[in-house]
Amino acid sequence: MGLATFKGGIHPYEGKELSENKPVQELLPKGELVYPMSQHIGAPAKPLVKKGDRVLAGQKIGEAGGFISANVICSVSGTVKAVEPRLMVNGQMVTSIIVENDGLYETIPGYGEERDYTKLSKEEIRNIVKEAGIVGLGGAGFPTHVKLSPKDEAKIDYILVNGAECEPYLTSDYRMMLEEPEKIVGGLKVILSLFDNARGVIGIENNKPEGIKKLQELVKDEPKIEVRELLTKYPQGGERSLIYAVTGRSVNSSMLPADAGCIVDNIDTVIAIYNAVCRQTPLVRKIITVTGDAVANPQNFSVKLGTNYQELLEAAGGFKTEPEKIISGGPMMGQALFSVDLPVTKTSSALTCFTKDMVAEQEPTPCIRCGRCVSVCPSHIVPPMMMKAALNDDCETFEKINGMECMECGSCTYVCPAKRPLTQAFKDMRRQVAANRRKKA
Amino acid sequence: MSRLLNVSSSPHVRDTVTTKSIMYDVLIAMLPAAAFGVYQFGFHALMVIVLTMLACVVSEYVYQVFMHRPITIADGSALVTGMILALNMPPEIPVWMPALGGVFAIIIVKQLYGGLGQNFMNPALAARCFLLISFAGKMTTFTLDGVSGATPLAQLKAGNMVDVPAMFIGRIPGTIGEVSVIALLIGAAYMLVKKIISIRIPAAYIITFSLFVLIFGGHGFDLGFLAAHLCGGGLIFGAFFMATDYVTSPITPKGQIVFGILLGCLTGLFRLFGGSAEGVSYAIIISNILVPLIEKLTLPKAFGKEGK
Repeated sequence: MGLATFKGGIHPYEGKELSENKPVQELLPKGELVYPMSQHIGAPAKPLVKKGDRVLAGQKIGEAGGFISANVICSVSGTVKAVEPRLMVNGQMVTSIIVENDGLYETIPGYGEERDYTKLSKEEIRNIVKEAGIVGLGGAGFPTHVKLSPKDEAKIDYILVNGAECEPYLTSDYRMMLEEPEKIVGGLKVILSLFDNARGVIGIENNKPEGIKKLQELVKDEPKIEVRELLTKYPQGGERSLIYAVTGRSVNSSMLPADAGCIVDNIDTVIAIYNAVCRQTPLVRKIITVTGDAVANPQNFSVKLGTNYQELLEAAGGFKTEPEKIISGGPMMGQALFSVDLPVTKTSSALTCFTKDMVAEQEPTPCIRCGRCVSVCPSHIVPPMMMKAALNDDCETFEKINGMECMECGSCTYVCPAKRPLTQAFKDMRRQVAANRRKKA
Repeated sequence: MSRLLNVSSSPHVRDTVTTKSIMYDVLIAMLPAAAFGVYQFGFHALMVIVLTMLACVVSEYVYQVFMHRPITIADGSALVTGMILALNMPPEIPVWMPALGGVFAIIIVKQLYGGLGQNFMNPALAARCFLLISFAGKMTTFTLDGVSGATPLAQLKAGNMVDVPAMFIGRIPGTIGEVSVIALLIGAAYMLVKKIISIRIPAAYIITFSLFVLIFGGHGFDLGFLAAHLCGGGLIFGAFFMATDYVTSPITPKGQIVFGILLGCLTGLFRLFGGSAEGVSYAIIISNILVPLIEKLTLPKAFGKEGK
């Protein structure tokens, strides 16, 4: 039998060799820290502090604004300089708390102390995760405490730890597998203690043999945990692709993983859960890969949330060649930036800097119906028909041919020989259809 | 930062394959068959190939200039149309005929319907059928080594024996590019290895056609008869180079199989029960017209919606 995987997908240039052998370095912020109140899916958090207040590391400065929302925790000690709108990666101005770092890193009481999770009730664990402001750190930013509270707890039989890291150039998850594997296993054990019928599977692409080896050794005496080797193929780390590869179950856009008995968490999210529950450390840091052919010294950094991207670039030695494009995240799903004067948020994963922009180099030409997009689509839908509907602004047809099943992975656009902006059109359409649905509801 | 950064929607990387690279790969794949045709039929065959391709490119250029459209002759698609049309021509044809066919293919079949990607029939094949109807005599006169003779398929239809190994190599009368099965298979292998085409359409086509011949051929389980039918009359050329034309074949994987099966049945029907010995060209252009319907009926089930 072949390695676990899904049908479709692509093999883009991985680019991981630039930073995969660079140990994670801790980077302390120099300038002010910016904490946007909306760095997750759901309602924005409400600021709990005002200008002039003194704040401590680990202190809650933003309170979840609803059930699907998340707290925001301060990562340094200092004084609140302002509460004002600031630019975020997605181009929006979001109310943010700006903190002047005093460099003392004074913490709230109990911060960093060990705690035995086996002595905690399920409710207490869920509450700790909620208080710690943990959200899906793989990029979606869905509040983790909501994920950990499904309707039917007994129905969950798989806890999947997503270690695919299929996005090219990114190496932060891989470094954590090598450097803090016991925290991954520890975090997974905490989650498993919430679900009596579940077993844990850590899925890792086979381009990371060292990571697989390390974790396999750690779980060999754990009866409820296994490490599953996955075929290296983009988007293997997509939630639906991963669930299918490991369990053979299919999840569509109108289902949650929990409907298929699964809970999927990214490697770094699991570590965050471990830190919050067992080390009393809320979510205050993020592992960021600074990479790309324009960067002098590609690196992996552990940074305080709220740190300016500019400081990361400086710490990586700046640019050896002037970049043409800077992406927050990886090249497949990341967001191109027009400015790097932005804060690191919970969903930041990388800064990828390219000296050449492949998109600008080639003009889109007519579709020749070669069908490459159809064969790579992990959602098994038909991009050229969706594109036609998009060009006609025909939401009805778009929905009818399952356009809403698109996960915006970009595989179709990557392979398109005519260089057509398929994913871009589908994102617009999906937003339109979703807005129409809300209007009707 | 001194200059502005580029911003665009993800993904930010692209595969190296382009429309142009695909078109040139298809041309490369046809070179063995073209070379064999020139070697066997001589200088005139070369002239036919060159002038047909030239006619296609020039008519595309002139049309686009007059219509104030972007000039796209560099993408190689007109060259591919020209090459396919030329390889479908008898070696002794007066060169103005295929040149006229090239103009018809590009202007009438391709550009008037909206240009690259919009035509609903294979331009080269539509032009071939146009020429067959207009100049039936010249289009069906096949000579080899200066002697004109019946094609193996015509002989087969008349009930005569044919030399299958000669057909495989190509030492038979026929059109410039269809005669050498081995040269065509080399080109087909190149396209399959480079993933320019998938095996679905040719495989479904050839298997269906074989079954059709075995069942309705009137020769029982006669493998020699079957081999003659497979090697003759442009079946291999049609299955790998013309039926697989992206624009005029289904885009859905299941649809490609249905398309292949349809082609196999139609070709068998035309060859065994029709008036002419040939059937590939007509089978393909008729199936081309049914592509939108086939696609509609074979939409793949979306991931996670298989049971619904």
